Amino acid sequence: MSEISAAKNGAAIVAERISRKFGHVQAVCDVSFRVEKGEIFGFLGPNGSGKTTVIKMLTGLLPLSAGNASVEGLDVRTEAEAVRERIGYMSQNFSLYNDLTVSENLTFYGRIYGLPSDRLKKRMNEIIELNGLGPYLTRLAGQLSGGWKQRLALGCAMLHEPKLLFLDEPTAGIDPVARRQLWDLLFELSAHGITFFVTTHYMDEAERCNHVAYIYYSKLIADGTPAELKRLPDVQPQGTHRVEIATPEVTRALRIARGIPELRSATIFGESIHALVEDKFDQQSLRALLQKNGITVTEIRPLTPSLEDVFVELTYKHKTLAEAASA
Amino acid sequence: MRDMFRGFGAVFYKEALHVRRDFTAMFFALIMPLLQMVLLGFGIDTNIRQINTVVLNADGRQESRELLDRLKNSDMFHIEKYVQTDQQLNDEIIAGRARVGIKIPVDYSDRLIHQMGAQVLVLIDGSDSSVAGQAINVTTAIGLDESLRRALVSSNNFAVEMRPKLLFNPDSRSPNFFLPGLTAILLLNVTTFLTAFSIVREKERGTLEQLFVTPVRPMGLLLGKLLPYLVIGFFELCLIVSFMRFVFRVPIHGNPLLLALFSLPYLFVSLSLGILISSKANTQLEAMQLAFLTILPSIFFSGYIFPRETMPFVFRILSYFVPAAYFINITRGIILRGAGITHLWVDALALLAMGIFLLVIAARRFQNKVIMA
Repeated sequence: MSEISAAKNGAAIVAERISRKFGHVQAVCDVSFRVEKGEIFGFLGPNGSGKTTVIKMLTGLLPLSAGNASVEGLDVRTEAEAVRERIGYMSQNFSLYNDLTVSENLTFYGRIYGLPSDRLKKRMNEIIELNGLGPYLTRLAGQLSGGWKQRLALGCAMLHEPKLLFLDEPTAGIDPVARRQLWDLLFELSAHGITFFVTTHYMDEAERCNHVAYIYYSKLIADGTPAELKRLPDVQPQGTHRVEIATPEVTRALRIARGIPELRSATIFGESIHALVEDKFDQQSLRALLQKNGITVTEIRPLTPSLEDVFVELTYKHKTLAEAASA
Repeated sequence: MRDMFRGFGAVFYKEALHVRRDFTAMFFALIMPLLQMVLLGFGIDTNIRQINTVVLNADGRQESRELLDRLKNSDMFHIEKYVQTDQQLNDEIIAGRARVGIKIPVDYSDRLIHQMGAQVLVLIDGSDSSVAGQAINVTTAIGLDESLRRALVSSNNFAVEMRPKLLFNPDSRSPNFFLPGLTAILLLNVTTFLTAFSIVREKERGTLEQLFVTPVRPMGLLLGKLLPYLVIGFFELCLIVSFMRFVFRVPIHGNPLLLALFSLPYLFVSLSLGILISSKANTQLEAMQLAFLTILPSIFFSGYIFPRETMPFVFRILSYFVPAAYFINITRGIILRGAGITHLWVDALALLAMGIFLLVIAARRFQNKVIMA
């Protein structure tokens, strides 16, 4: 309980070994993390790994099977009601009423939170200004494009000025421009002290977060800033480093390079190969080997791991561990 | 206490917008019951007349023809065919071309003349009990009447004469009997169905889940959903009753305002039932099936078609749990018998209690609802 009380001065979310079972299925197992106020917290993991279940537990939609969690200093078990007043939630399918107009959707959610009419008016104007919804106020929500639906849904979720917003895959099915605009908006809001809990599949979005956690088959297997995760020993084992090998014939080059014992793993990125190699790896011998096969190497240069590398390595390691355990 | 109904105003506002926006759907929802009423009101006549009859008149003389005329004049029998043999008589009935077969024996007139007591065979198809019952009654009555006439010769009056008088529906008009009951059934279309759909639709869209993350309370949500449909249901009731009064000319003997007042608890129960259904169903199809499940008892155990008094004990007990049974008692009471508040307040109270009970159960179910992805 000490963590929970500490949450009162600082953390937006504290989860302590929370678990959720559906019958015999363990959907979330012993997950702990802490989200500080004002952070953009990226919550990642494959489909079905328990991301949405964690959100539902933190927002009071699902009771915890075990563990403790506090949101904005309130216990989600006993003070779910008060938690709901302080948070906003945007689900993956932008829960809007398609047969209501943009301004009617906003008005409805404002009234649900009991905003008095003068404050509702003020907040609506602010949101419309912020999200650029002005030209669409009388349009039916069902007729908006994905990007505008998402902005409206976000607007509905933050009318009551929540300090913490849960966004469940906010950019799924949205075009790149709208995605970029949403993230710009999130940073702007975050600068005003709003905390975001965001789930996503996009690695470029994960890179933008201050803090990321990775859940893999109901267990949390990584938690930290993107920079911290990239320095994890599992990702960058002692005595290894990453290189990028640029060549016009990536596919053939990869096949040949895999024959070198110092190369631990490699994958193709556009016109280059990203490889994890042992420190004794010799650039010149690889160059020579490829040249002998008629492949020119444009460049070989050191590379810092991406978050994708991090999650691939961690997933691979946990998969092997799980297989070893079950064998 | 106020907190318990939190979100009511917002949900009511939104629901009213939905209804206004989807005007065509609502229009058809309101028109459908009227069409059904037209079909049933004009199509169904519970008074039995002109039963197809086949006759084997082996006698053929004046007395036998007089008897047949009397049967015809009762308006109960329509002589469709005259046959010559017993075999033909039977065939007509088996084939379903006639419901009644009358065989007048060859010595009918002789026996009457010699005052020996004549017999006429009446074969009745028992496969439709109401037709059979009527046929038995009318043929027996005509036989009795014929005998008395002959026994009393002419001048003397009957010793005892029954003078039946039908109260409330003197012409035995079917619509008068049928339509007040039908009102209760038709209302279910715009109450149970519409509320069930409106909530299940939100489940399908995911907006219900969104609402559960807001501070809205189950009672606020459910009442906000229920009230707009109560208004619509009430409007539909007025429509149905006016239609019944002015198109089918069913006189309303009681106070129409009382009917309006007592329809509110019935609408409330039906709406609550719809909400309860929506707490169980996850798709509109499921909701539709469950709603139909509630319509059947409303038709069969409410007294709408079969009188509750003649039901087997178990079904009679069951009928006490069917809201339509109470409301049919109310509609028939007010419309046909001119009943007042003193006669019907118990039924109204029973409906109100049922409605509150169902709504509380539904609210609890939504409260404990564990929503899954």
